Order: sequence, then structure tokens, then C-alpha cells
Amino acid sequence: MINKELPLLMDQSKKGRKAINVPKYGVPKAELPHSKFLRKGIQLPEVAQLDLIRYFTNLSSLNYSIDTNFYPLGSCTMKYNPKINEQISGISGFSSSHPNQIDENVQGNLEIMYDLQNELGEITGLPAVSLAPLAGAQGEYAGLLIAREYHKQCKQDHKNVALIPDSAHGTNPASASMAGLEAVTIKTTKEGDIDLDDLKDKANENIAVLMLTLPSTLGLFEPNILEITKIVHDNGGLVYADGANLNALLGVTKFGELGIDICHSNLHKTFSTPHGGGGPGSGPVMVAKFLEKYLPYPHIKKEGRKFKQYKPKSSIGRLNGFYGSFGIILRAYVYIRSLGEGGLREISENAIINANYIQERLKAYYELTSSRRCMHETVLSASRQKKDGVKAIDIAKKLLDEGFHAPTMYFPLIIEEALMIEPTESESKETMDKFIESMIKISELSKSNPKEIIEAPINLPVERLDEAQAARNPVLAWKKQ
Amino acid sequence: MSDVPNNLKYSKDHEWVQINDNVATVGITLHAAESLGDIVYVDVNSMDKELKQFDKFGEIESVKAVSDLYVPLSGKVIDINETLLNNPEFVNEDCYEKGWIIKLEISNKNDLDQLLDPEEYKKII
Amino acid sequence: MKNSPYIPSTDTDKKEMLSIIGASSFKELLSDVPEKKLFPSLNLKEALSEQELVEFFELLANNNLASKSFSSFMGGGAYNHYIPSTVKSMIQRGEFLTSYTPYQPEASQGTLQAGFEFQSMVAQLFDMEVCNAGMYDGPTALAEAALMACRIKRNNSIVVHQSISEKSLEVIKSYSKWQNIKLINYKDINQNDSSEYGCLLVQSPNQFGEIEDVEKLSNEIHNKNGLIVQHTYPVSLGLLKPPGQLNVDISTAEGQPLGVPVSFGGPFIGILTCKKEYIRQLPGRIIGQTVDKNNKISYALTLQTREQHIRRESATSNICTSTQLIGLMVAVYLATMGPEGIKSVAEICYHRAHFLASELNKTNNFKLLSSNFFNEFIMKSKAKPFEINELLLKNNIEGGIDVSKNNENRIMFAVTELNSPETLNKTIELLGGNFD
Repeated sequence: MINKELPLLMDQSKKGRKAINVPKYGVPKAELPHSKFLRKGIQLPEVAQLDLIRYFTNLSSLNYSIDTNFYPLGSCTMKYNPKINEQISGISGFSSSHPNQIDENVQGNLEIMYDLQNELGEITGLPAVSLAPLAGAQGEYAGLLIAREYHKQCKQDHKNVALIPDSAHGTNPASASMAGLEAVTIKTTKEGDIDLDDLKDKANENIAVLMLTLPSTLGLFEPNILEITKIVHDNGGLVYADGANLNALLGVTKFGELGIDICHSNLHKTFSTPHGGGGPGSGPVMVAKFLEKYLPYPHIKKEGRKFKQYKPKSSIGRLNGFYGSFGIILRAYVYIRSLGEGGLREISENAIINANYIQERLKAYYELTSSRRCMHETVLSASRQKKDGVKAIDIAKKLLDEGFHAPTMYFPLIIEEALMIEPTESESKETMDKFIESMIKISELSKSNPKEIIEAPINLPVERLDEAQAARNPVLAWKKQ
Repeated sequence: MSDVPNNLKYSKDHEWVQINDNVATVGITLHAAESLGDIVYVDVNSMDKELKQFDKFGEIESVKAVSDLYVPLSGKVIDINETLLNNPEFVNEDCYEKGWIIKLEISNKNDLDQLLDPEEYKKII
Repeated sequence: MKNSPYIPSTDTDKKEMLSIIGASSFKELLSDVPEKKLFPSLNLKEALSEQELVEFFELLANNNLASKSFSSFMGGGAYNHYIPSTVKSMIQRGEFLTSYTPYQPEASQGTLQAGFEFQSMVAQLFDMEVCNAGMYDGPTALAEAALMACRIKRNNSIVVHQSISEKSLEVIKSYSKWQNIKLINYKDINQNDSSEYGCLLVQSPNQFGEIEDVEKLSNEIHNKNGLIVQHTYPVSLGLLKPPGQLNVDISTAEGQPLGVPVSFGGPFIGILTCKKEYIRQLPGRIIGQTVDKNNKISYALTLQTREQHIRRESATSNICTSTQLIGLMVAVYLATMGPEGIKSVAEICYHRAHFLASELNKTNNFKLLSSNFFNEFIMKSKAKPFEINELLLKNNIEGGIDVSKNNENRIMFAVTELNSPETLNKTIELLGGNFD
């Protein structure tokens, strides 16, 4: 990583410089609109092309990325993003394809969407699939809208409660709130399993939906899953599974066979599409057959040999301007076609073995949150290190110095000083061993020289930032100095 | 300044109250300020509002968390500490004095019975 | 398929790890999964090698019209603009492409500073004080902006002007359905009574390409104690007065025209800008400038307490992953084009569109219905839009959108800098004559 000052473009700007030429009008000039509609002057940086390229290239080198570093970020599934996916999505027949075209002229795209709908349906056991949601949170929201619409059509309008475990990801209660549902918290055991007594207590005729993450946010599979889904169904509710952790379940088990009615999946997690520094993503929603008519539109069907878009009978509506994040959908489909059944089964097998390997080798140094086998991720607690004054955030920052991106910290909320580690199947034993050695070194340092951890990172272009100032006096755009 | 001054009363939600005749000054305790971390914003828009004891009167934000604020006594909000708008860090620097948040005109002195003495408060933190 | 190129572990590696774990097989690690639900069948399509993938997908791409056409008149919310080589080269960098959301700012200054540039340049283009790091797309940004205005004004009524596109309105309905929001038609508002509203939504240029009098509408809704939200077309801001100069409180747009391929509708980016006084109600991520321990200027996600991972059910939105990489494309685009380029592209779009419209209007086959438009216009046509488009396609030109109504043939064309004068002349020649 380089370590130089990179002033903002407006600070490098010089009048008269430009980075591109544009064509002439080539046609007679028309009369412009009335001057009250016209802009007088526009301010944007003026830089030459080399300086522009140098600037952004240098900026890129300030980043950690999967292509450069190991990212053991729990719940994010930072697996390798295959280059062939990028190459194929760049084919001009796809990238220049206009979304307002009539179906006849975009059969290639519709076939891809139809096939991915089916593949995802088969993988999750929930056969009715919509590729419309633009991210996991939107898929989740769609799932809740489907549940609400279902209950409304069954004349069960009083069902307005979402049961959410206290270990859930923040999007769960946020989505519930957007869907007008009251979020009621369900207790979990200290291993993150649903507390069955609390569930039985709170499950009543007002339950619209139970929102579960499976495996849980502690990386463990819910052993009572069949009983849990039965309790909810007996009360007339539906079960929604947050599929963020689907990387543990490919070929291992199917949501649809466990009593789950609705789920979503993150193509930018399980299905290898690149994170891009925070998106774009895609969060398809999958439902049981009886809920198919509620899916968002447009949905894709096949009639004879033609593929068509249509609006399901009782659709919850439109979630975005067009079909969904097609470029991401395409990448995920390329990935699935490159693997097939065997390749997908291999993913979960290796993801789970890798996570257990790390858990086993670190358990002498960090507090485990459970003695059980984990699935694709393990949650450790830095509670031992906290006694020496070293917190999870300090460990995370020290790991950055060691060349690893930090694991997920402080999530789930129910674990003290949580560090959630998900290696994924992409990592070699050698990489994992280096990571394990660094974690052991940090654990020992926390006793011998905690100061070194608390002052980390020192090897990166910037050290710890004053985030309080950023929030107290927000500077959110370039300003002339 | 001690962690839990002796001349104040406390609520279970970690607010402190100082009584002067009919006026109560309210803020958050050192324990609360420390758990929240660096305060970045104090949001109170209950001026002139009549509130019941333990009603929410605002929110206090740090970099990584946000907490609701509850009135420890019933009353009308008659003053808000405007200096916190530009200097939210006063809450971290001096939560019992310059970090005060609102002043209330007390409407029911019996509410004081629901509050904790310094010794009782020390027990819960 | 054994030995996937995406999985480094060999059988030996796995055996070694299993033995350290203390399990004799993978299945032993799955004791929490109900036995009868373990290892279900997976009936998926057969796997293809990398080169077979290329062949397979090239064939599919050929089933799209886009692989045959070189010029397009299609608009309606997604527009074909020229994407500079600088944009394409920057997003291929793995350091940008495969990096994570910048929650660890020390390891993400690239993403953060590039995102800050996006916020800054878009704010300049819109002449608004604050721009967030990006939403999912234009329509969802508009929906979130409407909800934001309602929160700020503590008034759940949204007035919808007729300029708002059908699609955006449908998305707004999906987002507001269960939140006690009232949607009111602008035409049903009495300007002279004392009723108050949360906000007025206006789109300019509107769904048919025409320019609205936003300033007038802004005054109207301010008189009713509501905020004005203008949804706009960012390329037009090179020529037209930006929202910040029209007394607009919140402005949104689909950012795709700024250097992002049409890509069958996504991934796109929603632009959301507002006045500084509203930042605490702004959904989505925001990047702020600060300093590090050594007083070095650096960037971090800020005001995170608005977001789902902290505020949970009281969050301003449930948005988590959005569209950071697309924001990078827009930032590189704006920096490449610069003020002169943005102005020129807007003018080219305007003049070429007006040229095509006026020339077609001169023929017997068309009558121009739009007035005061930017680069998109509607024509009444003798022939059906389907026939017009078929004729154009024979010449490898992608036609316009069928917007026929009331038994009248209507077609909507969008003209950009990618429609060369030669193509325009060819189009006029083809469509000016007889169709049979």
C-alpha cells in the first residue's frame, strides 16, 4: 500500500484542463428553452486524463480487497469473485441491452433470469423465485410484504407482529418496521438458539412472521428447527429465513424442507458477485409454491419456447425501476453454471471444514461462544483479552497491521466483544494458518504488550480516525478552503 | 467531581436530576456517558411540552450508539441546553454541570419517590 | 466436480484439518441438522468449463437485439450515453471491485475517498449541499426521499405531481403501503385552502421528457408547509438549472446516465441529495471527512447511528449494501467529463433531439406532441410503433418506446450523443417515406 497525500480532485483542478474530447453537435442548433430554465455556470474538477487515472489508481491501492487480502468477515462470505463472471457480463449483447425493450427482443436475458429463478428454487427448496430485489435488505422487505399480503388475503389483518431473535442482523427489525410490523424480540440461548419456551410464550394469533437466520448469526444450525417452524405454523404464522448464511447449506439441507415458507439470498455473498466496496448487490426472494402469486413483478415465465415477463396475480408490487440488478444476476448465473451440483456441494463442505479448523486451533486462545461444531463461521469472544484492556476493536485493528482484514466485530449483539470469522471455501490452509498464527500472536501480545495492540494500526496509510469529529462536524462534500 | 454526586437523584435509565425549588435540571450520568462513548449529537425538541414521568423527551447519539432520553419527573420542559448543539462533547467532559440537557418545571413532587438515591444508583451500575 | 479452481483445499488438506478438528468425516460436523433433511438431492444444470461458459453465454447474448444494433433511441428511465474508457478501466481494478463495505476505514481509504468524490461532484452537479453515497436506483431513491420528507415534516401525506413516472409511483406505493402514508394527486390539491402536506414530488424533465416549472411548484408546497422533492435526469443538468437553484429541498435521480451501461436495467444507482439541515434524516451511507491520529486527512462512514446496524427498528431505512461500485463509475465519469464535457453532452443531446423531432414532424408520418423538452419526446405516428421499430432494426438501429394510448399510435424517442448525425439523417430518411 502506498502512503502519500492524495488531494481531492477539486484541489488539483486547473482551469482549461480536460480529460476527454466530445463530438461536435453535427446538426443545426435549435432554440434553447427560456433562460429561467437554463443553468449559468457549472463547477466540477478540471484535470487531464493522466492525472485522473493516476489519482484513482493510487486510491485503489489504499484499499484492502479480496483480490489482495484475506477477509475473514463473518456473515459476509468474502469468497473469490471469479473473473469469468466479469468478462461475460461485459459482453455487449448484455451490457447494451435496454430494459424497456419488448420481450421478443431480449430473449437471451429473460432465459438467463428464468433459469436462475429455477436454479435458486432448487437450491433452497422454495421453488417460486423473484430476482427483483436489489439487495438482501430489499429481498427481506419483499419477503415481509409477501407475508402481509398473504395474511390480508386470508382475512387475517390482525396478524401484525414479527418475531425476531435478539441475535438478528439490524436489517431484520428495520425491514419489519418498514412493513408496518411490530418487532417482538425472542430470547435466544447463550448459544444463539431460539429459546423454545419464549417462542411458545410469544407465538399467538397475531404472529405474521418469525424471522430466522439459518445458520444463526452465531454460525450454528438451529437444532430445533422443525419444532420451531411447526409452532409458528400452528399459530397461523409464516416462517421467513434470512439467507445471508446460505454458504453453509448448499447441498446440505434445503430451507423448503425445514418448514420455511419464505427466504432471501444474497448473490453478493453466497454466489460470488463482487462486493464493490458496498454494492451493487442482489437479494432474490424465494417462496413456497402457495405464495407464488404474491411475488414482486416483473416475474419471468416460460410459455412454449418463449420467455415472458408478467405480473403475478396478487403481486406485492414493483420494487425498483426495471427487472432487478441484471448484471449481478448474470454474474451469479455464470457462477452457478460453472459449478453445477458437485461444485455447489463442495462449497459448503469446504466452508464448514475451514471454519471448524480455525475454531479448533483458536479455542485455546479465545473464548468460544459454543462447544458445538460451527457451520461456515465461528464466533469467538475477546472477553479474556478484555481483562488485559484489549478489546475486539483493538484486535481487529492489529489484524489490519498483520495484512488481514478484520473479522466482523460486535455482532451478534448478544456476544461480548464478538469476533465473527468466516473463512469461506476460497482460502487455502496456508492462508488460514497465517491468520491463525497472527491471532495467536495477538492473544499473547495482549498479555505481554497490550499497548502495541491498542495503538494499531500503524502500518496502513492512515491510523485510527477521529470518528467523533466526523459525526459532530460533518464534512460531506468538497469545500473551497 | 465524583462519579455519583451526593446532591443529586437518579433514574434507572441513568439520568440525574438536580432539584431547585420547582425546577429540575436533568442530564445523563457519567456511567451512561462512558458507555455511549464520544457524544456527537443531542436531539431534544420537547420545548414547552408537558411530559409524564419517564416519557421520552429526546435522543442522545454517540459515534456507535443512540439512546433514548426519559424525563425522570413529570413536568413542562422550560429550557434546553443550546450549547450542546455545537459542543455535544460537553456531555463527556462534564456531564453533571455544563453537560446538563434540559430544565423542567415539576408538576408532581411525589414523582421524586420513584427516583434513586446516590447509594441506590451506585448499586445498579 | 472435484478440484474446483475456486477451492484450494486438496483431499490431503481436508483430511489434515478434519483430524485436527477431531472428526472422521464432513458429515460428523453436521449433527445439528435433522438427519432426514440432510444431503437432499440437487437437480441443477450441468457444470460448464470456462471456455464452454463463454460459448454458452455468447449464444444467449445473440438472442438479444442489443447484439445487433449500434444506435438506440430508447429512453424511459435508462439512457444510452457514451461511457469513457477511463470508467471501464478503473472499475476493473480488483482493489475497488472486490473490496468490502468500508466499516474499517484504515483499510478502505480508496473506497471512502472515491465515495467522497462521488458525493462532492454529484452535489456540485445538482448544486445541492449534501449527497449521500448512493441508493439502489432512481425510483427507490425517490421513494425513500418521500418518506424522509414525511419524517422531517411529521406529516404522512405525499402529493404526487403528474410528471412522476408510472414506475416510480408503483415503487413509492410498495415502500409506503404499510406505513399509514397518504398519496394525493397534485390535481386534487386546493392551493387556496389551509391544508398542509409532507411533500410534493415532481419529476423534471418529466416522464415524457418535458421540463416542468419546478420553482413555481416549490413555492406552492412551501406555502403548505411541505418539502419539495425533485426527481431529475442528471445529464440534463449540464444545460438546465439544477435543483439547488430552484429552491428544492431534496433531489433524487437515476444516476445510470452518468457513465453506467444500461445493462437490462441494473445495477444502477440512486442519487439522493438534500439541504444540510436534513442530514440526520438522510437514509443510506454517508462518507465524511475527518483526520486520523496524526492529523492526516482521511475519510470514514459517518452519521451511522441513522442506519440499520445501530438504530435497528428506528432506522431511517433498512438499506445496507447499496451501490458503491456504481458510485465509483459515476465519479470517474464526472471527473473525466469535467464542466465543459457535461455542458457539451447536454447540449448535443438537446440539439440532436430537437433536430430529429423537427425533421420527423415535417413529414406526413409524424406529429410532434411534446413541447419544452430536453432530449426525449413523443410523436403521434401513422404507423404502429412496432412497425417503425422493425424498419429501424433492419438497419441495425434500436427504435423507441411504444407509448400509444386512446387508440392513437405514439412513440417516444430519446436522443443522445451516441446517436450520430449520420444515424439521425438515416432515420429521417427511413421513417420519412412510405412504410410498406
